[in-house]
Amino acid sequence: MAEGGWFSRLKSGLSRSSGRLTESIGAIFTKRKLDETALEELEEALIAGDIGVTAAARLTAELARKRFGKDVSPEEVKGDLAEAVTAILEPLARPLAIDAAHRPHVVLMMGVNGTGKTTTIGKLAKLYTDQGLKVVLAAGDTFRAAAIEQLQIWGERTGATVVAGKQGADAAGLAYGALETARREGADLLLIDTAGRLHNKDNLMAELQKILRVIAKLDPQAPHDRILVLDATTGQNAHAQVETFKAMCEVTGLVVTKLDGSAKGGVIVGLADRFGLPIHAIGVGEGAEDLRPFSARDFARSLMGLG
Amino acid sequence: MFDGLSGKLNDVFDRLRRRGALREDDVEAALREIRIALLEADVALPVVRDFIAGVKGRAVGQEVLRGINPGQMVVKIVHDHLLEMLGADEAGLNLAGNPPVAVMMVGLQGSGKTTSTAKIGRWLEAQAKKKVLMASLDVRRPAAQQQLAVLGQQTGVAVLDIVMGQRPVEIARRAMEHARLHGFDVVMLDTAGRLHLDEELMAEAAAVRDATRPNETLLVADAMTGQDAVNVAAAFKEKVGLTGIMLTRVDGDARGGAALSMRAITGCPIKLLGTGEKLDELELFHPDRIAGRILGMGDVVSLVEKATATIEEADAERFRKKFEKGQGFDLDDMAMQLKQLRKMGGMDGLMAMLPGVARAKKQMKALNMDDRVIARQEAMISSMTRKERADPRIIHASRKKRIAAGAGVNVQDINKLLKQFQEMNGMLKKVKKMQKSGRMPDMGALGGGMGGAGGAMPDPAEMAKGLKLPPGFKF
Repeated sequence: MAEGGWFSRLKSGLSRSSGRLTESIGAIFTKRKLDETALEELEEALIAGDIGVTAAARLTAELARKRFGKDVSPEEVKGDLAEAVTAILEPLARPLAIDAAHRPHVVLMMGVNGTGKTTTIGKLAKLYTDQGLKVVLAAGDTFRAAAIEQLQIWGERTGATVVAGKQGADAAGLAYGALETARREGADLLLIDTAGRLHNKDNLMAELQKILRVIAKLDPQAPHDRILVLDATTGQNAHAQVETFKAMCEVTGLVVTKLDGSAKGGVIVGLADRFGLPIHAIGVGEGAEDLRPFSARDFARSLMGLG
Repeated sequence: MFDGLSGKLNDVFDRLRRRGALREDDVEAALREIRIALLEADVALPVVRDFIAGVKGRAVGQEVLRGINPGQMVVKIVHDHLLEMLGADEAGLNLAGNPPVAVMMVGLQGSGKTTSTAKIGRWLEAQAKKKVLMASLDVRRPAAQQQLAVLGQQTGVAVLDIVMGQRPVEIARRAMEHARLHGFDVVMLDTAGRLHLDEELMAEAAAVRDATRPNETLLVADAMTGQDAVNVAAAFKEKVGLTGIMLTRVDGDARGGAALSMRAITGCPIKLLGTGEKLDELELFHPDRIAGRILGMGDVVSLVEKATATIEEADAERFRKKFEKGQGFDLDDMAMQLKQLRKMGGMDGLMAMLPGVARAKKQMKALNMDDRVIARQEAMISSMTRKERADPRIIHASRKKRIAAGAGVNVQDINKLLKQFQEMNGMLKKVKKMQKSGRMPDMGALGGGMGGAGGAMPDPAEMAKGLKLPPGFKF
């Protein structure tokens, strides 16, 4: 798919909803004075976009500093906000950098249930096998029924080797074995899937830490990337997710999925503000090619309903 | 960060000490805080607006009940209004009609449809004694049909054979036919996850609906869903038609504002809650739990239930008898309490469910009460002789040294434990006195007591009685 293609796809996904957001911004400002009431309404509209109370306050404060008491049009307000959002997100738009010298570069995927970890791994496998890398997948979700089969199907589609055990097997042991296999086969990249887990379940988080410890026994630097997969539909709970996963598993970056829906994913603005984690990619569909690099400017402009 | 609401409201009202009816300007100030709290809980903006208007109408001019402050009065009004909006009663599934009846599960990708399908199937067989057939109509996600087949094996619920290449409507028809021929009562139809914006897939869901005429069409939605919940629910309602909502991942720590949004937008009751990864973790919806959570007031009812389920009845009974006889509480009892505390998910698990968590947590920190401390205290008590446990007064210096060595701690730690034990005993006596005079301790006292006493849990039934008095609530 062409670059324009994915952008228009993201935009059409976002615009259906940002339509509502920008509509409300439009309703607030039809060339009127930017006063306290207008700012309050604006803040509310941003909150309604899942941006979060703190980030919304920061954005409106910034806008107020520039334009308070002046006559402004909706376009100017949207433009300003888009720029502010871009400024927050720009430094964090960093695609995954696979260092083949690691032989293999190890990537661990984690997240709460149903965010799209397995699908994202499938998409990454497609992306990197297409680039000619040798990819191994570890079916580390040994909990959910048929998660292993799901990953195996992705292996067949992409030609990546899949290391899998039985359902209910020890995920840490499986990850260890997968790293051994990947080394033996001289793979460039090892993608490790894990079972979805709620961040407030201590025992499940401890299990994830065990996977990390065990992998570090073979390679102290691995996993080189520890990616948290976030669902764009999620509201403010994403903060709790990032906070806990980061504290317990040293998350190094994010992938945001399901941006093809009407959810705005505005929460990542607040997350960026608070945690500063790089956003490696976004998911905009179920197909193998529907994983795209994250562009701060495009995201911000789409979010605000600007072309 | 979410314990703020009741605290903030108290701040608002602390400034005005006047009595009598709630005045509009007081209420306005409170409503601003409530609006923010609801938005932080992911309640959708239009729903928040309606809600605030409703509360305002009820609150202005309302007499403040004797014995509570205006802040508590507003919280009570908000809480009552929230309960009403969430739907007052538990609503089970409607399975009336000529069997087989269909139950169709719809929702976004990753909301938990397949797991929920298996949970409901298992529940209907176990609780309602229905013969259930499950069928996966998900021909899109790799291995989705297999997932349901595996869950069928795990739950012992029948699953329709997989025939590759069939379309969802064909599978649905085959499922109904198979159920008719084999005497099944209920057919659970697990559909593929779909975006509410995807016209083609929404039409497909509607076609399945027309082919099977389901008694129930349940929207499965994640409790963590943000502002978009209203769009999702409205679209499914319009294009497929819904009879109810099943909220999943309620065992997470999301405040679940999506429940209120979806209920308000669709008018459909929330029927079931998914409360864990295990296939028996399914519960009927209790509006009061979700209400407390949305407002950041803690999940008090759940706490009481959890306490009831965890504390082994025999233990509790033994404890209660001793307690009633006025016999001192001894170190064995304390060890039992510590064990139960750990079973209930440790300090953090417990704290997450309590109102006024932030304050209690601070107290815990100040007292160094975390789960490791609990384990260490258990070790100390295990290092004592039976006699010492029954009568801690005999524990003098040389015994302390021996116990400390046995548990791998310092003598100071033993002293601390004994001091805490004394405090705990003192508090229990106080509770007993209050029970005699017919007054239950308020939550503040309990919270404080827990901090000081390392988690003394009074009898859960008593606790429940105390907690079910909303006007006496102290937030």
